[in-house]
Amino acid sequence: MSKVVFASISKKFTMALAGLFLITFLPVHLAINLMLLKSDPVPFTQAAHFMATFPLVKIMELVLFATILIHVSYGIYLQIVNWLARPVGYAGGSKSETSFFSRFMIWTGATIFTFLVLHFFNFYFVKIGLVKGDPENFYAMAHGLFKVPAYNYIYLICFSVLGFHLYHAFSSAFQTLGLNHRIWTPVVKTVALIYSIIIPAGFAVIPIILWFFR
Amino acid sequence: MKLTLKIWRQKNAKAAGGFVTYQMNDVSPEMAFLEMLDALNKKLVEEDKEPIAFDHDCREGICGSCGMYINGHPHGPVPAITTCHLSMRFFKDGETVWIEPWRAKPFPVIRDLIVDRTAFDKIQFAGGFISINTGGAPEANLIPVKKEDSDNAFDSAVCVGCGACVAACKNASAMLFVSAKISQFALLPQGRIEARDRVRSMVEKMDELGFGNCSNTGACEAECPKEIKISNIARLNREFYKAY
Repeated sequence: MSKVVFASISKKFTMALAGLFLITFLPVHLAINLMLLKSDPVPFTQAAHFMATFPLVKIMELVLFATILIHVSYGIYLQIVNWLARPVGYAGGSKSETSFFSRFMIWTGATIFTFLVLHFFNFYFVKIGLVKGDPENFYAMAHGLFKVPAYNYIYLICFSVLGFHLYHAFSSAFQTLGLNHRIWTPVVKTVALIYSIIIPAGFAVIPIILWFFR
Repeated sequence: MKLTLKIWRQKNAKAAGGFVTYQMNDVSPEMAFLEMLDALNKKLVEEDKEPIAFDHDCREGICGSCGMYINGHPHGPVPAITTCHLSMRFFKDGETVWIEPWRAKPFPVIRDLIVDRTAFDKIQFAGGFISINTGGAPEANLIPVKKEDSDNAFDSAVCVGCGACVAACKNASAMLFVSAKISQFALLPQGRIEARDRVRSMVEKMDELGFGNCSNTGACEAECPKEIKISNIARLNREFYKAY
């Protein structure tokens, strides 16, 4: 049993499943965030209240945090193993043709995680009372943050980076799960491209509209 | 053709290595890359200097021993060939050529451009074979095999175990090699009998030897002289999940 748990492929399998779960969560978060564009704060506040109080969502929240923890810790562990596997690099560099964004997954992942920490300080820690603020008025808090240019720059950069991360992650997860197919793999790659543009663009459009047009 | 060669020189596994620059003033574009190194070695011997150690055997692209990292590519800049098939006409007059050994912890440098690739043998010995007694050669058509499966098994079996996949991978992963060795058996009825134990043992050995993990970058596929596809890695993953 320990052999399967500690095998490299098992770790990648777990990471891929965790990643796919996080991928399914993003559209839910985006759907709620888009309500920030309404001038009426009620729909967003109601949705945020539902997410904070509904028991099933609270359970899913724990699953989500566990998933993030697994994805991040396995990602760091596997990266360290990868670095150790090549202690001496090539003086002439590497010119092999690769999927471009796959080369920077640890760095795009680290950027997303850093944003996540910032996001927790701004919202989740307020909700659980660790940071001062009104947990029932996230609408005003979000609108307030989107008026700060520095925050908007960080936000837009981080969501572009999320797009880069998602583009490789989406199809890579299928390959890791062994789901490779002559016909379906190109379809998965196309969906990955569309998803990795639409989701970050959906998040990015909120500060852009609130910043420039309101 | 004039070339500046920057070649990794290292006396033995424990010695510190470094690049030494060699000037070649009379390289013919019709030479093979290894012939060019032979010419350099002849010159070095005549000057009473130590020749450059590099692996080579068949010089026909079959044995897989002539691996070296040339200008950022395993086996040089031309796709789908081994170093011995690399022609000097692919280099420009006046070019600087960086020649390095494979770089991976499980492939330690023995001398100059020669690395110890017994790690691949160890993975093979862990299960990359059929141990059942097959007796004499039976009639080939007695066991029906789907054409697509036999073609894919053959495409995997052409892996020469040169190590270019490990050399190209940013993680020094051996997944393409292992996946080819798994696939060549997994797709055929004779190989299915021991498929479960084979994949368990070979993956365990691969991990134990310190290779990195596959992150699906595709560099191995791009550099493999035998054009082994990364769809084999997905098959290896499937075989591994089925085995537990």
